[in-house]
Parts: sequence; C-alpha cells; structure tokens
Amino acid sequence: MENTINLQKAALVIDPSDNVAVALTDLKKGEECILRFNDREEKAVLLEDITFGHKLAIFDIEKDESVLKYGEEIGKMMVSVQKGSYIHNHNMYCERGMK
Amino acid sequence: MTDTFMGFRRKNGTVGVRNQIAIIPSVFCSAKVAERIAYQVPGSVYFRHPVGCSQVGEDLEVTAKTLIAIGKNPNFAGVVVVGLGCERFSPYELAEGIAPANKMLETVVIQSEGDSLAAIQKGSKIAREMQQIASRQVREEFPVSELMIGLNCGGSDMTSGLIANPALGIASDKLVSQGGSSILSEITELIGTEDILARRAINEEVAENIRETIYRTEEKLRRQTQNSSNKDRTHLISTGNYAGGLSSVVEKSLGSMKKSGSAPFSGVIQYGHQPDQKGLFLLDSPGHDGEVSTGEAAAGAQIILFPTGRGTPTGFPGVPVIKITGNPKTYTKMRENIDINAGQVLTGDKSLEQMGHEIYQEILEVASGKHVKAEVLGHDEQFCVTRLP
Repeated sequence: MENTINLQKAALVIDPSDNVAVALTDLKKGEECILRFNDREEKAVLLEDITFGHKLAIFDIEKDESVLKYGEEIGKMMVSVQKGSYIHNHNMYCERGMK
Repeated sequence: MTDTFMGFRRKNGTVGVRNQIAIIPSVFCSAKVAERIAYQVPGSVYFRHPVGCSQVGEDLEVTAKTLIAIGKNPNFAGVVVVGLGCERFSPYELAEGIAPANKMLETVVIQSEGDSLAAIQKGSKIAREMQQIASRQVREEFPVSELMIGLNCGGSDMTSGLIANPALGIASDKLVSQGGSSILSEITELIGTEDILARRAINEEVAENIRETIYRTEEKLRRQTQNSSNKDRTHLISTGNYAGGLSSVVEKSLGSMKKSGSAPFSGVIQYGHQPDQKGLFLLDSPGHDGEVSTGEAAAGAQIILFPTGRGTPTGFPGVPVIKITGNPKTYTKMRENIDINAGQVLTGDKSLEQMGHEIYQEILEVASGKHVKAEVLGHDEQFCVTRLP
C-alpha cells in the first residue's frame, strides 16, 4: 500500500465538468488536499471535515446552482457555499425519489 | 478473432455455462419436497419460492412466465417440476412452458404420488438419472456472443459508483462489442438517468420506452409512499446510502448506471421475458437484489455480475454470481465472499481499464467452469420472483 500516503489528502474529480470532488479518505478542516482530475492535480483547503466518500465543493457554488458529479446534476444548492465546503443533504436538495 | 469460452451445447441452440438439474416447485406448497429431492442429488439445485397460488391477473402471469423461463435457462441440463396438484399455476402448465427448450424434463405431483415421501422418492430417482446423463456431456468451445450477463448490485457504497460499476461497465462493453448480451436493471436505482440512458438507445422508440419505464417506476413509488403510516418510510435512498456520502437518489442512480458502460441500448424487456436479439437491454424490475437476478436469469443470463461496496454473500441457484467490490476494506473483511478486489483502483495499484479487463477475463473463466465463491459456499438467496401490486 505504497500509495496510502498519497491518498491521505486526496479527493477525486470524476468528470471535468464537475463542481464537487469525492474524498478518497477522511479529510480534516484546515488541511490542504490534492484534487485529482483525470489529467492534472490542483489543491484545495478544507473548510470543514469531510468523511471518506463524501463530497466537497471545488469552486464557490451559488444557491440554486446545480451540483455536478459524473458530469450530471445530482441536485441543487439550498445555500451558497465556498470552495472547500462539505456538500451533502444538509445543504443540497433533489426532489426525485423523495416523496 | 473473437474471444471464446467452454460451454455446454443445448438442443435449442443456446449454451449453458453450468450443467445442473433444476428442481422447480410450481407452488410454495411443494417447496420442501423440491428441496429434499435436491438434497438426495447433490449437484442439483432447487428453487424455493412463496408464490404459485392465490394470485390473480398479471401478478400470477409474471410468476408463471418467470418460473418457466428459469426452467429454460441454458445452465440447466434437465428440470424436475414438482407440483402439489391443486395449485392455481399448474405443474403441467409449468412443464409445458419449459418443454420447447427441448431438455430433459419430468413432472412429479405430490397429490398424484400419494404423499410427500413418495414424491421425494420418485423425484430423486428422476433427478439422479438426469444427472448421470448430464455428467457425460463435455464442454465445447463457443464465441462470447453466446454469453448473456446480468448486471446487478447491492450493499452499495460510494466505491460502487466510483470504481466497481465503471470497471464492470468496461467489461460489459467488451462483451457487447463482440456480439454478446448484457442486461441492466434496478429501475428504482436509475431514477434521474432516463435522459442519459435514452440518448444511448438505438432508435427513438427504444428511447421513449426507457424514459417511460423509469417514469412509471417513479410514479408507482409515489403512490406507494403516499399512504405510508410511517413518514420515515418514504425515502428511496437508505440511511446507509446517506452515511456513505450519497446525497440524492440521482447521485446513486448515476453510479448504478455505470455498470452498463457506454454501449447502445437495443431495447427494454419485461420481467419474465427474453430479448429477441443480442446486445445491451434494460430489464423492467425494481431494485431488489434477488428480484433483479431472478429476472436476469429468466431473461437467459448465464452469469450475474454483482458489485457490492459494503459486501453481501448472496448467490443464485445454478447461475454463478461474480462479486466485485470497489472497497479495499470490504475485500479484506469479506475475502471469502468477494471474487474480485476492484479496490486496487482506489489504492492506485491498478487502473480502471485494467480492472475492467480483469473482470472480463473472470467472466470467461467462470463461463468455462471456474466456480465463484458464492457457488462453492452454497449461497442461493437471490432467487425471488417479483410481485405486482
């Protein structure tokens, strides 16, 4: 598991048009993490703790703006958030399959 | 040069990857007799189910079509139908339905034999003889275009949509590009992907059918949840899904959809039906692990591919279920149940492409006779016939 160290502060951007990344391990508030794109790497500072498998904003995202993962809309923001924020069902909404 | 596998030739032109005898009850009342017959003849498999009587209309029809189709699945060299005698779905109708597959076929009816012990004895003798005949058949080489795989998943976590499902999609594409068949289902877990899937349809009619199938399922769920006495029972997404980082059904669906790769959709098939051509199809079934595998085996799938992030041990009688996990921790914990560790992509040891290729190679090996872990351990929980309201 030579790559464990490299994985510890990384998040994956699945599609180039996405505005969220998926944490590849637990990430802590204040840490800097590597954003892994298909063709490059960038950096982001975490504004909140983000658990493995959960999502963080890789740009500032406005209220009612689409949350994009896999290059598709998975919901919309209930509030505006900054890059590095935690995104989950507390601040994004999606009507499908909920009622 | 197309890839090949070693399978069993059936008289009706289909090819099996296993050569077992199926013991199929026509009604739940004969389930134990069917089970006991299978115990007398190790190597045969039985299909316990709770249906076959006190049903009406389309619900009964789906049960009938599904049980017939399971009997016709090419993995079975022979079938022993076990009836009670007074059930609504008659054992003779079940046997008549299987007959066109032109395989070894006999019917045992408990009320005609006298009692359950007499029926077990008669059925065991028949199954024993069938198995001896089947044991003489040898595998022959066939192109992979003779294979149909069922795509299913359960106990998903974020690694399923991120790694295991996309890797499986690569394997599925490889099979379909060589003329083989693949079936995507779990319509409840495709909500929100209708337009993306419809764009991959071979024509507008299929596109419309895909959209309709998903909308219809969503509408049915809306009706079901409207009168729920417990408000916590209305969300389609589970607590475990939320805990794993999935924030919406659509997010889950996008990951689920990845199992089908990028091949074009040739059509939508109804539960209990078989596609009339080769290619990638969408099967209309709710996203219950067992109901999906059963619908896919009924469609003619000889192998099921099953990504599981959190890990499930289940299998299907007579149809190998290849388990794949994208979560390296789950693989370590459930090594005895999981066949492929796609978590190697997460740890950076393999690329998604390499993983897809590895899954494809495993399909060919399993098709040629390699037993999956669920088979060796006797897991057979996934046989569940879907019900209509």
